[in-house]
Amino acid sequence: MSTTNSVILTIENVSKRFGGLLALDKVNLSVKEGEIFGIIGPNGAGKTTLFNVINGVYPPTEGRVKFRGEDVTGLQPFDMSKRGLARTFQVVRPLSELTVRENVTVGACFGREHLPLEKAEKVADEVLEYVGLAERKEMLASKLNVAQKKRLEMARALAARPILLLLDEVLAGLNPHEVADMLGVVRKIRDQGITILMIEHLMHAVMNLSDRVFVLDYGAQIAEGTPQEVSNHPKVIEAYLGDPKVAQRFLEGAA
Amino acid sequence: MKTLSSPFIWIILVVVGGASLLPILTNSVSLREDMFLMLMLVILASSINIIMGYTGYVSFGHIVFFGLGGYLAFFLMKEFQVQFMLAALVGGAGASLIAFFIGIPVLRLRGAYFALATIGINEAFRSFFTNFDLFGGAVGMFFNFSVYDAYGGAKNAGQLAYYAMVVLALVTIGTSFVIKKSKFGLGLMAIREDQDASMVLGIDPARLKVLTYTISAFFPAVAGALFFFKNGLIEPGPAFELHRSIEALVMVMLGGYGTVTGPIVGAVVYERLRGFLITDPTLSNAHLVIAGVLLLLIVLFVTAGVIGWVRQRVPALRRYLE
Amino acid sequence: MNIEALIASSIDGLMLGFVFGLMAMGLTLIFGVMKVINLGHGPFIVMGMFAILVMSQLGINPYLGLVIVVLLGLLTGIVVYFVAVHRVINAPELTTLLATFSVNMILIGALTIIFSTSPRGLDLELPSFRTGAITVLGTRFVAVLVAVGVTIALYSFLYRTRTGKSIRAVANNRGAAELMGINSSWILALSFGIGTLLAMISGGLLATLFSFTVLSGGGLEVKSFVIVVLGGLGNPTGALFGGIIIGLLESITTIFIPVSWVPVFEFVVFVLILLFRPNGLFGAR
Ligand SMILES: Nc1ncnc2c1ncn2[C@@H]1O[C@H](COP(=O)(O)OP(=O)(O)OP(=O)(O)O)[C@@H](O)[C@H]1O
Ligand SMILES: [Mg+2]
Repeated sequence: MSTTNSVILTIENVSKRFGGLLALDKVNLSVKEGEIFGIIGPNGAGKTTLFNVINGVYPPTEGRVKFRGEDVTGLQPFDMSKRGLARTFQVVRPLSELTVRENVTVGACFGREHLPLEKAEKVADEVLEYVGLAERKEMLASKLNVAQKKRLEMARALAARPILLLLDEVLAGLNPHEVADMLGVVRKIRDQGITILMIEHLMHAVMNLSDRVFVLDYGAQIAEGTPQEVSNHPKVIEAYLGDPKVAQRFLEGAA
Repeated sequence: MKTLSSPFIWIILVVVGGASLLPILTNSVSLREDMFLMLMLVILASSINIIMGYTGYVSFGHIVFFGLGGYLAFFLMKEFQVQFMLAALVGGAGASLIAFFIGIPVLRLRGAYFALATIGINEAFRSFFTNFDLFGGAVGMFFNFSVYDAYGGAKNAGQLAYYAMVVLALVTIGTSFVIKKSKFGLGLMAIREDQDASMVLGIDPARLKVLTYTISAFFPAVAGALFFFKNGLIEPGPAFELHRSIEALVMVMLGGYGTVTGPIVGAVVYERLRGFLITDPTLSNAHLVIAGVLLLLIVLFVTAGVIGWVRQRVPALRRYLE
Repeated sequence: MNIEALIASSIDGLMLGFVFGLMAMGLTLIFGVMKVINLGHGPFIVMGMFAILVMSQLGINPYLGLVIVVLLGLLTGIVVYFVAVHRVINAPELTTLLATFSVNMILIGALTIIFSTSPRGLDLELPSFRTGAITVLGTRFVAVLVAVGVTIALYSFLYRTRTGKSIRAVANNRGAAELMGINSSWILALSFGIGTLLAMISGGLLATLFSFTVLSGGGLEVKSFVIVVLGGLGNPTGALFGGIIIGLLESITTIFIPVSWVPVFEFVVFVLILLFRPNGLFGAR
């Protein structure tokens, strides 16, 4: 990890409107190379929508997205994948009737390096080893349990050899043991030099892992800074107080 | 290429090729006629499988390419005395070109909408050709016997068409296999499973789908050209017969959707079964009912088709039964 | 252009359009509720035709026979649903397409065994109205009345009764409807039954207008697809309007272009609507 980190992703004034709903309201942020950048916010805050705009699932209603100095606003998801962006889905989307290995091979074949099939299969095997799914590689993806499907999401994204990885709630629905495993995987990825943008509800995890944290509420950014700064921010506490359960979790996490 | 070193595909090709030799060795014309039809169905089913089984797009009206290839080639042979194999290839290329341009807009549709659109396209072409005087309109076109003179008479021409159909079937099966085992095929299957996720994984579905549709139009078109060359007569009804398309879909399901062997097994089983039912005097009346009941049972209880079922039951065979 | 001829064909087409609309409503209702394209639609129409034929041979008035057709259609639809569709209701489209296609094969096969494929017709004489070049056949007039009556009945059922509301709830969101305590299996079966009875009534009405064979269903099924797409897949009102448009189109265009070109036009429009207005002519974009 270099210390003179350059900016890898910039979001400038991005808004996204769904009919009457303003899901993102003039969001600005910039992510530096090599960091883990956490995004938090209550349910429906627009976090996943922000990911969808970054990787081209839909174009922003206004504003620009820049990736490694290039304006990538409105590009298609597959264009972003070629440029070195990979993501996981909050609601897992395995390619059900393909094997685990084939799933990951797809990631390697069509990712940043666009590997030929045989090389991609080798990469898939490596990555599966890495996330701990190697023994299940011949299984159909639909037969995995939730925790394994989350790992599969991760493996598929990693196989693309991304520069920037977007993780959407990879810890949700995992038991404490599985969470610890997954956190280990995330750290290992960062140590490889991959920049990570992660959405997470599990506060202690975000607060421990992230270099910087960004808070969204009703589509608007309400705070940004180090975990310490953010957790003391009055607006953040207020936003979460709307949801007492989360507020409690939040305060526990920050403590 | 690693793909072609797989023993599986060679076994299949040898079996199909070997079976195709039987009518020649036994010198039986009726067997040859049966085999000609069977190979044609194998080609049709395998082609539909490429777009439907691998990519997940149910091309209901795929028979349109059979008709288009048939008409184009027939016209060239009749009006310009083009050699039949050349004409068939031109017919195939023409149908592929049409598929390419149709595919760009139509493959944006998903699920039921795509299936319905392909029916509409077939019906549109059928009714257009019914009115298209250059191609004979409603009565179609037929050869003068002199067309066959170039091939040493009608009997010889039939023989030649048969050989060509055999080669085409082998090429179709080979192509189906190579696609399935390639990076391209993996991309298609990713589209089939989840198109939106596949885009995020780096796949450009529009490009892959249009290319696939173009390929899957070629083989039925050439088959149509050979069929009507041998037939000596082409009419809109038989050329664009929706029912035949649906039957080919049934064959794919019967044998096993998304596998290389499935459409072959499906075509053979379906055709044999129908032959048996039609020729048996007590069953012939009920053949449609019996075939329908069998199909229903398969759809309801053996969703994966014969080959899919075997693959599920005997995992050890998976490597040999693609 | 002869203005009287134009009016005469418009009236003719309009009347036929109501029957077409009713016919397509059955298909679109089933699609709307359960996302199944029913390839057994054609044979259901034909069953309606032959039910009326048999009854008129038994001396029952065809219009009275329609009441029996309603019950027969409902029953047939429910049975077909449980036998052929229920098990695969959540499977991919292809599976339900093939399941209903096998129903098509079975029904056509059975009907062929019973009735053969030779052309049939009812001989039904009703007085017709005439002014100048315009003639309104009595049979057509009654067919329109029946079609309109059935449509009104369908809508009152869907919007006024509890069961009807359940059907709409299931169509909207089956999961949510189940959470609200609706037994979705029965609702789906019932909807399939209603779709079937609509097809059969329209078949019965068509039998009073034209001669027919066991194989007439194929063309009518494809025509129903066109109408349904025109009106928006899953939208019964749209189907009625779609039917009227097709009815008018088929009668009026024949004044300007040869009849044989009409289907070319129809199918091209069909594909274009799927591409550019997939929710139908009247649906939201
Ligand atoms: N495709 C869409 N069409 C319409 N509305 C949408 C769409 N996607 C998201 N929304 C709406 O935008 C808002 C933000 O949704 P989003 O999924 O981004 O929230 P989130 O912060 O990821 O929430 P969660 O923590 O529950 O995952 C929500 O109100 C959601 O209903
Ligand atoms: Mg989210």
